[in-house]
Amino acid sequence: MTAKMGITLKVNDSEYVLDVEPRKSLADAIREDCGLTGTHLGCEHGVCGSCTILCDGEPVRSCLMLAVQGSGRELRTVEGLSPDGETLHPVQEAFWKHHGLQCGFCTPGFLMLAASLVERETVPDDDELDHLIASNLCRCTGYQNIRTAIRAAIEESRA
Amino acid sequence: MIGLSLPRLEDRPLLMGRGRFAADHALPGQVHLRVVRSSVAHGVIRSVDLQQARELPGVLGAWSAADVDLPVIEFRQVAFPEMLPYRQPVLAVDRVRYVGEPVAIVVAIDRYVAEDAEELVVVEIDELPVVLSALQEPGAFDDLNNTAALDFTWAYGNVEAAMAAGLRIVEVEARIGRHSGIPLECRGAVASFDPATGILDFYGAAKVPHYNRDALSAMLGMAPSHVVLHEDHVGGGFGIRGELYPEDALVCWASRKLGRPVSWIEDRREHFISANHSRDQVHRLRAAVTAEGVIEALDDEFWLDQGAYVRTHAATVPTLTASMLPGPYRIPNYRVSCHVRLTNKTPAGTYRSPGRYEGTFARERLIDRIADELGLTAMDVRRRNFITPEEMPFSRPLQALGTHVEYDSGDYALLVDRCESEWGLAEVEDDVRRRRQAGELVGLGRAFFVEKSGLGPFEGVRVTVDESGHVTIATGGSSVGQGFETVIAQVCAEVLGVPIDRMTVTHGGTADVGYGMGAFASRLSVMAGSATLLAAQSVRQKAIAVFASLNEVAERDVELRDGVVRVVGSPDTATELGAIAAALRPVGARTLGHEPGLTAEEWFFSDHMNYPYGYHVALISIDRQVFAPTVERFWIGYDIGRAINPMLVEGQIRGGAAQGLGGALYEEFRYDENGQPLCTSFIDYMMPTAAEVPPIEILLTEDAPSPLNPLGVKGAGEGGTTAFGAAVASALDAALGRYRVISIPVGPAAVREWLSEKE
Repeated sequence: MTAKMGITLKVNDSEYVLDVEPRKSLADAIREDCGLTGTHLGCEHGVCGSCTILCDGEPVRSCLMLAVQGSGRELRTVEGLSPDGETLHPVQEAFWKHHGLQCGFCTPGFLMLAASLVERETVPDDDELDHLIASNLCRCTGYQNIRTAIRAAIEESRA
Repeated sequence: MIGLSLPRLEDRPLLMGRGRFAADHALPGQVHLRVVRSSVAHGVIRSVDLQQARELPGVLGAWSAADVDLPVIEFRQVAFPEMLPYRQPVLAVDRVRYVGEPVAIVVAIDRYVAEDAEELVVVEIDELPVVLSALQEPGAFDDLNNTAALDFTWAYGNVEAAMAAGLRIVEVEARIGRHSGIPLECRGAVASFDPATGILDFYGAAKVPHYNRDALSAMLGMAPSHVVLHEDHVGGGFGIRGELYPEDALVCWASRKLGRPVSWIEDRREHFISANHSRDQVHRLRAAVTAEGVIEALDDEFWLDQGAYVRTHAATVPTLTASMLPGPYRIPNYRVSCHVRLTNKTPAGTYRSPGRYEGTFARERLIDRIADELGLTAMDVRRRNFITPEEMPFSRPLQALGTHVEYDSGDYALLVDRCESEWGLAEVEDDVRRRRQAGELVGLGRAFFVEKSGLGPFEGVRVTVDESGHVTIATGGSSVGQGFETVIAQVCAEVLGVPIDRMTVTHGGTADVGYGMGAFASRLSVMAGSATLLAAQSVRQKAIAVFASLNEVAERDVELRDGVVRVVGSPDTATELGAIAAALRPVGARTLGHEPGLTAEEWFFSDHMNYPYGYHVALISIDRQVFAPTVERFWIGYDIGRAINPMLVEGQIRGGAAQGLGGALYEEFRYDENGQPLCTSFIDYMMPTAAEVPPIEILLTEDAPSPLNPLGVKGAGEGGTTAFGAAVASALDAALGRYRVISIPVGPAAVREWLSEKE
């Protein structure tokens, strides 16, 4: 065990004052120290994307960041998508309508990836969308409904 | 409600980040277990030194086989007595037999410290020679047994006579690589032994919680009623998750030892080397065929690489291969010989469409080969051998999962006709011809298969309406993410007329419903669906009877419609189900002469499986520069009997197809010559991404409802996977212009070799 460091993580607009080992991953700190278990760990080596969160608005793999690196950033997780904890965010709504999830384990990562697309200024074309969706792994759906859902959410939010 | 593509009941918590997976448990006082695994593929254990690990601050204990008095893991199904010597111990005793085999455990206050402690355990092993192929000469398993774990031959008719009758003999070899389910959530188990009550709660159960309750209680020497399994959210099953593994017993043992909750969460490297592998078969088929392509006899010999031990599935996979190999074809004379061989690899078990992905690949390769040799189209050969609807039910003297193989219903030629026309495959063929003339390497391939589903023998369901009108459907079933809750709620809603968002479906809790068979073999829509239908009908009957008593009318004049009970044609008499439930409190119920509660429990029994079937078609092109095959389009036709929720059925088919694609082109567990696994991360085990999986075009038909259950349904879980490898092989042959594919997965190296042969 190594000496702990005091940090403050700002997640979904709430501040968490934590004492963590410097080696602790950001994903583990979010899950264990902040108690936000919606962010999932599927590989812990940066490939599957289940742990994708938004860091200053950009999708990142939280398993590849250390908790201490998250200090001073605006972090957003799946728990922060719904504006009021009741209403579904447009990407959540679209995944529900289009059957974009089965077991739901990879879903938070895809939702955060999708939210970053839906909320940004420029609309991705089909190639960019495919390229982005290919950055996360899903084992249940075969991706088709995920693609449909994200496209629908983008269009919905532009309507 | 049956037949509607309703969005799912289970999605909301999963979308909101409120799911509860095994790793999400944080029980008071919970500590963390780490497994120390063998880094050697085969060897004699000289010593396991735990001292340094035990002395690390934060470590609560470290133990090896010498300290842990747990028996071996028993077989769950299809147990052959000759396989008994090969059961896996929970911790290696004397010998290690694969890289990843559990040798010791450490428990610490957090996962980081547990991993530090793991590195301090010193295991000394004298290495032994390795066996790495089922085709190799068997080696020593222990002092008494060699690695030839099981040989069996099944036959009907007279294969020898047919082979000697002067017919054309067509031979093929077919190899299916080693790959597996690889769910996105790794395995995990949290055990919490309560010293106050003597009850052990187990979280992270999946697939077969009731069986595992019995098996764990037997291993631990506890009363089954004192071991309570809880199924929370499950991050993908695919056959591999939920089987009883060493780690499940070890967390229970450690929790009882320490008197506090113990969590074990697998990491991805561990998953690749310790959770069940699958497939890995080599087939040598011979067929005696007439000049018209009618198969008079089929003789198959196959080898299965079981890995280091025989786990819970025992002979499940090889017997399913053997019993399902003949598929949709009549085949009057059949013989199959199987050789299950142990090797120094991670042990194998079932994976979506177990035995059939392999057997379908081998058989459909044979069909293509017969067509090739006789100058016929493969479809001519299929049509001349298809079992016809007039021959249904069609019986074979074979056993599958302990049941007699009898195809219940089906019209295979009709499905082919409908698909070919619906998808316009004649025009696709024309287009392929034009592209080939222009020099492209492109081809269309087809494969047909019969699946099985709805394995019995039982499933039970209790439907209860509370006084607010909310319906709880308590099942012994399990959910692995397939949409079980929604399907069950739709069946119940069909009878009660209550919207599904006023229903809760429970599953996987052993204290809730005492018996359950589990989520495998595409069985739950059939079995739990039928039990739900019966239980909901009993609730409806009870509600009508109670309403009739309360209102002093005849039962025949009462109906249940849209969730209310009323006198037929008198909307003003409408009474909510919740009000009926209120009238059935114990004292009221006694007065009315009923048992308390608006509730009913029913059981559905079935001695036979049913047999859905399907058709896979692939359009594949090959890039001459990088030698990569691309699946441009893929079509699946599937007869489901009756679809309870077509959107979910299509979801199952699409997901299954992506896994079939992985096995056909990308995924394979490879080993070096010392038995070191070469695929231990997502960098070197290539799971398909959105860039590889094409949109799957689906035709779902309901031409052959099952006569074996009141819903007419057949299973949806596996038909997306079954013939994917076979269709890809057929399309690659078409692209190459000759019969070439005998082994999957097909990577760029193989394509490069084939192209260099040609040019």
